[in-house]
Amino acid sequence: MTATSPTPARLSALRATATRVREHVADMCAGPEGGHLGGSYSATEVLTALYGDVMTVDPARPTAPERDRFVLSKGHAAVGLYAILAESGFLPVEELREYGHPGSRLMGHPVRAVPGVEAATGSLGHGLALGCGFALAARLDGRSSKAFVLMGDGELQEGSVWEAAIGAASLGLENLVAVVDRNSLQLTGPTNGIAAMEPLAERWRSFGWAVREADGHDVGELVRNLGSTPWEPGRPSLLIAHTVKGNGVPFLAGQVASHYVTLTERKHTRVRAVLRDAPVSHNTGKDEVR
Amino acid sequence: MTTIPAPAATRHAYRDRLMRLLQQDPRLICLDTDTGLFSPDDISAAGDQYVNLGIAEHNLMGMAAGLAACGRMPFVNTMAAFASARALEAVELDIAYPALPVRIMATHGGLAAGHLGPTHHALADLSAMRTLPTMTVVVPADAAATEAVVEQSLDLPGPLYVRLGRKATPAIDTDEPMIIGRAQLLRRGTDVVLVGCGPYPVAACVEAAQLLSECGVSATVLNMHTLRPLDTETLLAATAQVSLVVTVEEHWRSGGLGGAVCEALCEEQPTRVVRIAMPEKFADIAGGHEYLLDHYGISAARTAAAVCAALDTDAPHTPWTDEKERELS
Repeated sequence: MTATSPTPARLSALRATATRVREHVADMCAGPEGGHLGGSYSATEVLTALYGDVMTVDPARPTAPERDRFVLSKGHAAVGLYAILAESGFLPVEELREYGHPGSRLMGHPVRAVPGVEAATGSLGHGLALGCGFALAARLDGRSSKAFVLMGDGELQEGSVWEAAIGAASLGLENLVAVVDRNSLQLTGPTNGIAAMEPLAERWRSFGWAVREADGHDVGELVRNLGSTPWEPGRPSLLIAHTVKGNGVPFLAGQVASHYVTLTERKHTRVRAVLRDAPVSHNTGKDEVR
Repeated sequence: MTTIPAPAATRHAYRDRLMRLLQQDPRLICLDTDTGLFSPDDISAAGDQYVNLGIAEHNLMGMAAGLAACGRMPFVNTMAAFASARALEAVELDIAYPALPVRIMATHGGLAAGHLGPTHHALADLSAMRTLPTMTVVVPADAAATEAVVEQSLDLPGPLYVRLGRKATPAIDTDEPMIIGRAQLLRRGTDVVLVGCGPYPVAACVEAAQLLSECGVSATVLNMHTLRPLDTETLLAATAQVSLVVTVEEHWRSGGLGGAVCEALCEEQPTRVVRIAMPEKFADIAGGHEYLLDHYGISAARTAAAVCAALDTDAPHTPWTDEKERELS
């Protein structure tokens, strides 16, 4: 497919959505339980591009058979998913206030009881196989639906990812699109220091995937790439989105400590102020992290 | 008098019935992991309703979940050992949690892998599967029962685990219909209730009942082919008047049929239960399926001996000796 760029007005609207997603995430992480802020902020533009432009989904018909399907395989970024689902109309924005409170359906990892959530994730390494199933079902049914799967880069250490990578390429699932949130950090430190990750793009190519790399915080670049799959006929597509964990807030960006955060009232106020005054438009911290 | 069918492999009965059903029901899809169960002709006839995913059991379960969530009914194929251990997390989180209609067809159940050894034995699969909410767990006792399970599975809304065997096993002689979730009463007695699941254990119960009758002990025999949901109603009715229940299964002593029966009885109708099962050890010798069953005492002889020991009556003359019993413990 030919890549198309969003108009300046559309781009501006998507960036505004991304800012609101970060605000919602900050609000949820200021709740009683806190949340996985860092990995949600690294994934914010990917989620925004997918829900705001790329995917065919309808919040009025969240189970419509012809929809595209999204799996947040890095299920710990649940607060990011809840935020974009609320911004997209799948659940009321006011419900986000219930996150972290007893009785809410908004748990620390997403469950299918939440409208728009296709699969309960949280144990890493499950999403790509599910995506393969969604993609194969669409092909068998003659539907044009695509399956989108967002994985963390640390998640790629799970062997099941590579079972699914082999399977997807073997079956030629060109309607499967995977994104790696390459924020280069996991719970206890840099991914590259914990496990050999590189050459990441070559690994996926060698498994039979079409591979691209992009600035994972440039929503326009993400839309151009994710909106133009398949990039090669007969191959599943993998986008390595170069991101910064915690991006958008200088005192959290690129920090391992941003992985799970319970924001104090003071920090919550600071985060909200920063997000308002300096919205993210590109990968601001890529160089420091690498 | 009905004729008892010739011995047949439950996995082959499943395969042949599935191949016919694929032609009739476009929802069905057969996902394989290079098991070799399906012939080139089967695969060719199935068209795009057959997919060999290679040796990748997690991917098998995950893809099946994805397909099931889109309205398909996948029959997934692997050995019981791999379905219930290696791929268990995907079974639990991706299939059982969303209650998706995936049919897990697990061959080489129990000791059926024989001389292939403990890596291929499945002696904890029933325990793992029957603790999962939403899962139905069935161990058909013969080929005809297997075909019935495959047919009935088409109307079952949630996930299903079916433990199958490897080689041909004897048919069970019964006119009782095979219905998922309903135990089969194979023989009525008054002194003891023998409860089995799977081809050889059920046959052992029937044979043990005959041995016991020769020394004046009257045994009821239940084929408890469905472990989840357990047919508690039939179990309680059958055991109401006896002081002893003996379970027989190809499974470690913990967590399988014996565990399920104990759980039900201790809560509802406390009764002494003796569990005939694989001793809690990994198989330490080579041998075929029947040899291992005999060696580890999953047999009619040991079942009869256990009943007589528990009831303090004279045991029938069988090859099972006190010395063998001591060796197992």
